[in-house]
Amino acid sequence: MPVGILGKKLGQTRVYDAKGVATAVTVVLAGPNRVLQCKTQQSDGYNAVQLGFDDQKEQRLTKPLAGHIKKFNGQPVKRIREFRNFSKEVKPGDVVGAALFEAGDYVDAIGLTKGRGFEGVVKRHRFAGGDSTHGAKGWHRRSGAIGQRLFPGTVMRGMRMPGHMGQVRRTVQNLQVMQVRAEENLLLIKGAIPGAKGDYVIIRESKKRPKGWKPHAERPENVEKAKSKKK
Amino acid sequence: MNQAILDKIESEQFRKNPFQFEVGDTVRVHTKVVEGDKERIQVFSGVVIGRRGRGLNETFTVRRISYGEGVERVFPVHSPRVEKVEVERSGSVRRAKLTYLRKRLGKGATLVKEKETRAAAAPSAGK
Repeated sequence: MPVGILGKKLGQTRVYDAKGVATAVTVVLAGPNRVLQCKTQQSDGYNAVQLGFDDQKEQRLTKPLAGHIKKFNGQPVKRIREFRNFSKEVKPGDVVGAALFEAGDYVDAIGLTKGRGFEGVVKRHRFAGGDSTHGAKGWHRRSGAIGQRLFPGTVMRGMRMPGHMGQVRRTVQNLQVMQVRAEENLLLIKGAIPGAKGDYVIIRESKKRPKGWKPHAERPENVEKAKSKKK
Repeated sequence: MNQAILDKIESEQFRKNPFQFEVGDTVRVHTKVVEGDKERIQVFSGVVIGRRGRGLNETFTVRRISYGEGVERVFPVHSPRVEKVEVERSGSVRRAKLTYLRKRLGKGATLVKEKETRAAAAPSAGK
């Protein structure tokens, strides 16, 4: 039952903690996210919350999208994304932000990696290439043999070759939130996050549980709350 | 706008009272060292042979001769572990990086620098 949020990567810097240890962090503008549709098991067959991020001019929306947003009295937004089993209770019209998280939480960061264009095999697959010296001539960044002989007589499927690199969705798991600045909607997340500055990213609670950490919904105080509600 | 936010995060961590020293100065750098759960101050003294970097990433290098062996340490200017920097003697140098000191041997060439010309010149001119 994770919480998640849409955000924008702003760039990297470093922060010193109380002990004076410097940590490299990525700064993410996480919110404000506007809650649109809240899907439930009864009406839609599954539980999910739609979040919209980055305000947009109304004239730039397609009519179907404008109609959908209007239905939930939302603001025009650039990005909409659904989060399944959203563990925080929200209703359409709510605004959520970086305050969903707290320092010390573990998150997964999802984004589109930077596009590299058509790349050779050395950069794309970390092949070694050839010698640059020792008499090498015109054989520096090639891949070498790609098959065997008459048998099997074909190039194996999935053989790594040059081609388009980057601009694919990537997830980095188990990054720690170092700081949360709720009033500015900023998350400072340890380490690097896929994508260029200004790209949209999704930050959600970690699917895995590093070092005994628990997602918000499973912490004792929240479990109690949920139980009492059901009764 | 994005850069402005990053700049703000960095500038919040800047040292409140910036160090007053220049390249060529002989300084005593007081650093906090944590041993187990105790904290003490360690002093590293030597000549500042360069500063590099901008903003939060700025560092300076201090060189000293320790038991006949040249030792250099790099300190981040804005690290909270660097307690203070005392200037023992300000040197007069004509370069931003004093890498030429590394080649020098012996007492005269390595540690001793020209004495405070600018600082000394000002009062004497007043006389």
